[in-house]
Amino acid sequence: MASYSTNEFRSGLKLMIDGDPCSIVENEIVKPGKGQAFNRVKIRNLKTGRVIDRTYKSGESVEAADVMDTDMQYLYNDGEFWYFMDPESFEQLGADANAVGENTKWLKEQDTYTVTLWNGAPLTITPPNFVLLNVAETDPGVRGDTSGGGGKPATMETGAVVRVPLFINEGELLKIDTRTCEYVGRAKEDD
Amino acid sequence: MTDRLQHWRPTASLDVLKKRAELLRQIRAFFYARDVLEVDTPALSVAGNTDPNIESFRTDYTGPGNTNTLYLHTSPEFSMKRLLAADSGAIYQLCKVFRNGEAGRQHNPEFTMLEWYRPDFDHHQLMNEVAELINDVLGKKEVLKISYQQAFIEHAGIDPLDTNQNALKKCAQQNGLEKVIGMDEASVDDWLDLLIDQVVVPKLGRGRVFIYDYPASQAALAEISESDSRVAERFELFIDGVEIANGFHELTDVVEQRQRFESENKKREEVGLSKLPIDENLLAALEEGLPDCAGVAIGIDRLLMIVAGVDSISDVVTISSIE
Repeated sequence: MASYSTNEFRSGLKLMIDGDPCSIVENEIVKPGKGQAFNRVKIRNLKTGRVIDRTYKSGESVEAADVMDTDMQYLYNDGEFWYFMDPESFEQLGADANAVGENTKWLKEQDTYTVTLWNGAPLTITPPNFVLLNVAETDPGVRGDTSGGGGKPATMETGAVVRVPLFINEGELLKIDTRTCEYVGRAKEDD
Repeated sequence: MTDRLQHWRPTASLDVLKKRAELLRQIRAFFYARDVLEVDTPALSVAGNTDPNIESFRTDYTGPGNTNTLYLHTSPEFSMKRLLAADSGAIYQLCKVFRNGEAGRQHNPEFTMLEWYRPDFDHHQLMNEVAELINDVLGKKEVLKISYQQAFIEHAGIDPLDTNQNALKKCAQQNGLEKVIGMDEASVDDWLDLLIDQVVVPKLGRGRVFIYDYPASQAALAEISESDSRVAERFELFIDGVEIANGFHELTDVVEQRQRFESENKKREEVGLSKLPIDENLLAALEEGLPDCAGVAIGIDRLLMIVAGVDSISDVVTISSIE
């Protein structure tokens, strides 16, 4: 089984911790001038998203997690699985509700998402930081109000609910930050 | 311009480099005023540092002469002690030292060290002089002095001089270190190193703190205390939680020094590291007679981090060794 020594620790490295695939968020070497070195590590559990602190005596080895990120196109949902396709091999993979989680609200057919695979199966889905989505439903726009103050909820075509300025109308294409679920601005198709 | 195209640029800003120059100027003025002689000893040596927690860089010499393998010094200590044994009197040195495998926010594999020795000083007198130098370069401020034992009792609730692995493990758990990986066969000193770094020093808080009288098992090159054989006359200075200086009331006994080198080499073998050639010239100098003295090493880059108000060593070294 592949493993990494603490010397190879760096952010982004994927490790198996307590049976779960994890990713190193931050690695810091602490060492007294004349004493034992330790690695103080922040680790994200890729299944739960939770970040934990761990300390390793330097020189230890930790089992590697077979985790890789791959860009895949979202195809459709059959009620149980969300299917994604590798644009080069055309291989299709089904991601379950655990893997997709809250991100169902960003999934638009034909668009590309980062699928994190663990032992070849989808572990998590990550939307791009910014997506362009049409407004499916919102209260009618208030003409002339471009202040952006206050705002109102708008339901996007994928189901995400985003707070938008009062002047936005149904059918408009908007740029949304998926990390904060915030409205960025109006968009054109070729943005 | 992308970051990629800017990689050739020095890692420290010109402003920080000016602060470095000023810091070095202040240090030289400090010692000039006190009649301490600046010296310059070699970085390459046929002997290595046997300390199992410090890795020497090694290199091969080819050319006239007999030696092949040479080691880059991890501190100028051995050469400077040879000068002291040759009646140099008080000496100081500013130089680059090299430690393999050390890179991080507070570590660079090569760094600038200030080291000085004071004949007829003990470690308490030297701590006072360190405090005066720090006052000169960082501004006057109160300095706290606490023994290693007292610091552990107050801040970790354990007596470090009367303990064992199980008690230390429990102490670590009680202080928020529930799971530390790789400690199944850890020694008492490994646990103490973990606790001082992660529990004791953080609780000391900000400011300048000397911790003195380290456990005898961590004596390094310090004299064992005559009044309490459980401790060595060694001290460290922490500023805002960062280790800045390490000093000793120096061991002068040649028999004990040889024993320490040999037991360190034995420990190196036990943990799978190669044995290193012992500095026979240092031992010969001790045989001849090292004057009673105290010595200390200060990490200049870390001091500069405080002067410049930055928290990564790569912001103060002119060009970082590790990308």
